[in-house]
Amino acid sequence: MKARVHITLKNGVLDPQGKAIEHALGGLGFSGINEVRQGKYIELDLRETDETSARAAVEAMCEKLLANTVIENYEIDLDA
Amino acid sequence: MKAAVIVSPGSNCDRDVQVALRQSAGADPIMHWHGDPDLPYVDLIVVPGGFSYGDYLRAGAMAAHSPVIREVVARANKGVPVLGICNGFQILTECGLLPGVLMRNAGLKFICRDVDLRVEAADTVFTRAYVNGQIIRIPVAHNEGNYFADEDTLNRLDGDNRVAFRYCTPDGEVIARANPNGASRNIAGILNEARNVLGMMPHPERLADAALGGTDGRPMFDSLVEALAAAA
Repeated sequence: MKARVHITLKNGVLDPQGKAIEHALGGLGFSGINEVRQGKYIELDLRETDETSARAAVEAMCEKLLANTVIENYEIDLDA
Repeated sequence: MKAAVIVSPGSNCDRDVQVALRQSAGADPIMHWHGDPDLPYVDLIVVPGGFSYGDYLRAGAMAAHSPVIREVVARANKGVPVLGICNGFQILTECGLLPGVLMRNAGLKFICRDVDLRVEAADTVFTRAYVNGQIIRIPVAHNEGNYFADEDTLNRLDGDNRVAFRYCTPDGEVIARANPNGASRNIAGILNEARNVLGMMPHPERLADAALGGTDGRPMFDSLVEALAAAA
């Protein structure tokens, strides 16, 4: 089973990289961007086939290592 | 005083800390490889600066789960003084010994220069050779030094006098202009609740010898030697 984890900065946490990207896109002539937020994407290939167990395992991984929950949120998508 | 310096792949300030400790203590610290969980009995543990594990995932995130760090956390909880400098501070927040997180510098640039710091807590084993309100000049060298914590945590740190150092002007004013990296409330270093763990972004070991252009960092190592000799 594949797990796709998106890690993003929480609302209200300053994202200087996102701001820099926003600025650069503006400089390239892309208009109409309200805000850019940069995050991380992590793909895991799991031996687990049960969705509930897989989700619990990936959640534990996020809490322990993949995300720093002081400043980051995570979202998990599973693919059978 | 018996000290240990934790060495991870990518540590690069371990030798400087070794020299500073040797100078103040008159004895060499143990240089302890991160992968070895059997940490000998020591009076002081230093987690030095560098780029442990290449800053993969987040600065300090991988080293925070290395075998020896579990033992460092256990010793810290028993009261052994632990000093984390720069990447060491990042590791101490990632492993939960200190609250908050060190984020990317607000200006997105790696900053390597001397900064002025105001000593805010001279009542610890790390800082007793300084006085409260003293202005010291010590270098920073980091890309992720922007200290962040939620308002409740910041209020608790302030209320318990757990901010050890703040970025300031040469006159000691703690204002935005003196803040190199966007850190909340100009915080450069913080203590744990029991005051035996200090994490700081500036590098006292880099200015602990007159030959290096300054000695404002030396009192930190003298403080530790004095405090730990008195305790022994």
